[in-house]
Amino acid sequence: MTNHWIDIRNSDCIMVIGSNAAENHPISFKWVTKAKERGAKLISVDPRFTRTSSKADIYAPMRSGCDITFIGGMIRWILNDMQTSSPADRAKKYNITYVTQYTNAALIINDGFKGWKESGAAGMFIGYKQNTEPAPGKIGSYDKSTWKYANTTNPNVDAALVNNTWTDWSDLNPKCVLRLLWENYKDFTLDKVEEVTGCPKDIFLNVCQTYAATGAPGKAGTIMYAMGTTQHTYGTQNIRGYAIMQLLLGNIGVAGGGINALRGTSNVQGSTDMCLLSHILPGYLSMVNHTDQTLTDYINRAKGAKLPVTPSGLGGDKSASWWWLSDEAQNYKKYMVSLLKAWWMDNATAGNDFAFDYLPKVTSGHDYTHIGTFESMAKGIVKGMMVWGQNPAVGGPDSQGERHAMDNLDWLLVSDMFETETAAFWKRPDPESTDSTRTVDSSKIKTEVFLLPAACSYEKQGSISNSGRWAQWRYKAVKPVGEAKSDLAIIDVLVLKLKEKYAGETGPKADPINKLFWDYRTTGEYADEADPNEVAMEIHGYNVADKSPVKNFVSLKTDGSTCSGNWLYSGMFTEDGRNRAKDRDPVDASLNQIGLYSNWSWCWPINRRIIYNRASVDFDGQPWDSEHPVIQRSNGSWLGDIPDGGWPAINEAAPGAKYLPFIMQTEGVAHIWGPGRAEGPFPVAYEPWESPLHTNLVTGVTNGDLTGKGTPGFNNPCCYVGDLEGWNKKGGPDEFPYVGMTYRLTEMWQAGQMTRNHPWLNELQPEVFAELGPELAAEKRIKSGDKVKVSTARGYVLAVAIVTPRFHRMTIGGKGVDHIGVPWHYGFVGRSSAFHSSGNILTPHVGDANTTIPEYKTFLCNIGKA
Amino acid sequence: MAEKAILYDATKCTACRGCQVACKQWNDLPGELTTNRGTYENPPDLSANTWLKMRFTEIGDTPDNFRWLFARRACMHCTDAACVEVCPTNALYHHELGFVAYKRELCSGCGYCVEACPFDVPRSGGGGGGAVHGVRTMSKCIFCEDRITNGEEPACVKTCPTGALTYGDRSDLLAEGQARVASLKSTYPNAYLYGEKELNGLHVLYVLDDTPDVYGLPVNPQIPVAATVWQDVLQPIGWGLAGLAALGLGLNYVVARRKIKINSEEE
Repeated sequence: MTNHWIDIRNSDCIMVIGSNAAENHPISFKWVTKAKERGAKLISVDPRFTRTSSKADIYAPMRSGCDITFIGGMIRWILNDMQTSSPADRAKKYNITYVTQYTNAALIINDGFKGWKESGAAGMFIGYKQNTEPAPGKIGSYDKSTWKYANTTNPNVDAALVNNTWTDWSDLNPKCVLRLLWENYKDFTLDKVEEVTGCPKDIFLNVCQTYAATGAPGKAGTIMYAMGTTQHTYGTQNIRGYAIMQLLLGNIGVAGGGINALRGTSNVQGSTDMCLLSHILPGYLSMVNHTDQTLTDYINRAKGAKLPVTPSGLGGDKSASWWWLSDEAQNYKKYMVSLLKAWWMDNATAGNDFAFDYLPKVTSGHDYTHIGTFESMAKGIVKGMMVWGQNPAVGGPDSQGERHAMDNLDWLLVSDMFETETAAFWKRPDPESTDSTRTVDSSKIKTEVFLLPAACSYEKQGSISNSGRWAQWRYKAVKPVGEAKSDLAIIDVLVLKLKEKYAGETGPKADPINKLFWDYRTTGEYADEADPNEVAMEIHGYNVADKSPVKNFVSLKTDGSTCSGNWLYSGMFTEDGRNRAKDRDPVDASLNQIGLYSNWSWCWPINRRIIYNRASVDFDGQPWDSEHPVIQRSNGSWLGDIPDGGWPAINEAAPGAKYLPFIMQTEGVAHIWGPGRAEGPFPVAYEPWESPLHTNLVTGVTNGDLTGKGTPGFNNPCCYVGDLEGWNKKGGPDEFPYVGMTYRLTEMWQAGQMTRNHPWLNELQPEVFAELGPELAAEKRIKSGDKVKVSTARGYVLAVAIVTPRFHRMTIGGKGVDHIGVPWHYGFVGRSSAFHSSGNILTPHVGDANTTIPEYKTFLCNIGKA
Repeated sequence: MAEKAILYDATKCTACRGCQVACKQWNDLPGELTTNRGTYENPPDLSANTWLKMRFTEIGDTPDNFRWLFARRACMHCTDAACVEVCPTNALYHHELGFVAYKRELCSGCGYCVEACPFDVPRSGGGGGGAVHGVRTMSKCIFCEDRITNGEEPACVKTCPTGALTYGDRSDLLAEGQARVASLKSTYPNAYLYGEKELNGLHVLYVLDDTPDVYGLPVNPQIPVAATVWQDVLQPIGWGLAGLAALGLGLNYVVARRKIKINSEEE
């Protein structure tokens, strides 16, 4: 979240899209409810009517996977309203200073850049190249050489836009970002949105008018999103769509605004920060590439991407570009060297490049994400797997394919509170058998499985980071049951055993382990296992010489005299060693009590509760919204939240030191134009990998490849579809005419290992079901309570039918489209288990072009009575 | 002492059912084995082991008129409580804080309260009865008497994430509910505070954005006539008969005990 949970109460309009917050983040509705009591409007956009929709002022139905058309339609409505309003009215309805001075809306783009309508390749931007067979994972990629500013060192701006003197699009430079954005979306009319998404245009218009009202200076709208947004082959671009709209409305950095990713489990934020993803190191430092032969190579690659680029013609005249503030303040290098010190401590010296060679390096073009890992397992490359707090045999896409891939493992370690489907993959239901009660032949599976009992959250101490980036310390309430141990205790033993095994050996495999710094045991309770307090202190960072805590990431050094396991968390301790994650001051001392509660736990970065907050004030440092001030300049200092960079307000600062507000961007302004993504600087409306349509109603590209890899321009031209023959079967709309989707329930949790073993929760949602609308049910003669079989090209699920008007037939391009929904929590071991009950048996093994997150949320299926 | 109450605001309820689980957890009630019957609602009904459950109601058929309504089902803790009226053993009674409490050890398992309740709440089949019968005692929400008399909120209120449930002095909650209904009226002309007047005042108040029947609540609930007749006419006669019944039960006990003894000797 750019903001935090409590801040939702400050919003004037809350749009829940790609999320079912009431059901999956129940506590969020404490704050949604408070906002509504203040008069805020709640909009729920969802293919099905949910418990969130039940509380909404506006429920907008939308065909699954159409976020870009929906948001693109809203962007078009806003841009059209801006253009057709007189400059004076425009300035009342929209925060023109914010849009033109704090984003790159006014910047001029390279003349060679061509949008998807003028590039010559239908549905694609200029520079597209389709990968030749066999495709290495992705359908295609872009040469981005024209995706840049006209002036790459000092981008210039459109003066008519900045000065708010324009009245027609032709008054603006044809290559200025705002005009390019209009060109990108100008066809997304109300009629087009209704035709593509199925949202009736009167409802859609109501959404546009209601949400766009937050564009006025002093108003704030927030977007709450979750996996319904991200789990698509274009999930990243869905979020980009939200970001662009929020920037046009001046909603980033302000109280009650932001783009708020509701994390799926309580510590997903923390695990992402600590590099659970394969493309990053802790603190979002870039992963080391095979071309980075030395630390200098690595740093130079980072520097090349992070050098400040200051636009000319704006009120601000200095871009911080925090990662590379200057050659004297090479933050990227400080963070990286301190990380290497934390890992290899005394064995990391200037003489050996701070042990840079001990880091594993990834090969460009290879996919190391969840999808790629299981493909490698299927190919026999990955031979062993450790699974912590995960259950891929239920949670992974095409879960039968993934279970089958595990047959190739020599060994499998699962650490969990209960036996999971992953640990029991060798006695799974046989998908091939006509007898749905049969299991696979276990005698043919050679994998050795280790199941370690893990402690649950109440049985261990440590920090968790919530969606609002708050690191909160939790204490152990009770001792773990039986032989169960905390994850940290298990890893501690594992590492020490590995060190024992490698002792005496040298070479590239042994050295990183032998030289690894590993000294976390203390006294008492932690005499025989790692002390989480020690780990936390190392993450924060200390001076290596005397182990005194550093102040925060500003005091980290490039010379190896400091260590820090994650620069973002540097600041969690005070210099006298108090762990601020343990702070519990319930007093809200923020300006106007906007609910920051800054002394309750600690949040990264440096306890800044609302990030990008310098965008919440004008050039004088005065808040746009005086009722909900995040920060405020007063007598030469900042009041309120920790400002995003402590420099003076733009009007107070000397020329050459007027810092622009978005300090992590090289340009200092936020990205409406965002060339960093794989498939384009603006989101284009592509169809899901499996789509009920034959022609993309936006790009006009026809799908000539109903069951193949995917068609560029119909589908996302860069999406990840894998390169393994037979691994991923694709279904066409003739055999599988209905749109399937998976989701979670309030009463169950993720892959179910904790909740399905709980009688009180089983009672509430005892078994898997399939929801469908009355029109489809009547055609199929299915009644509520009937046993049904939902099938896709990958497999089938046996479920109980729920026929409900919460699902309804949509008219898409003149054709009726039905949705079928299946929760994905269920499996075949433990309580409330059943064979062929995991929703992810149905989902395809394809992923987003940027992140490879699987497309769990839209696929094609069929249904019939079982 | 001021009477206490629970205020349930249906307009703030997301039917997360945390209350349903918290009730079972605090009161040590076992989970029931259920199946999906084509709805999210489960267990199918209140029972001796389920004192609180959420009702889900779907109304309308198009996206712009569809509503999904949620309502709490549990004891309403009436001022004019039919169950108290009909209870032959005075197991059911009004606590000084206003709610309807009961002493399980006094319950004879007669089931009259089950029949008489206008809200169809009490259920037979609870365990833990007195020495005479052992089984089939009445069960229902106990207003978390053990919590509230120790300064805590009822478990359902404590767990509610959205603030749909609040607990406090009934007079305060009445004022709060009235204010909330007044503010809802502009958007929902049928908004109504249920429990203000019903049965001379309930100790569970409902803020509704529509008429009570839409939420499955009886409009103008009444104590059944039979219950009043029982209390005022039949029960005094009954006490005479009860003496005879007790004598019979005593004989039964002696015979049954003798038989058990014989059976065990045969084994």
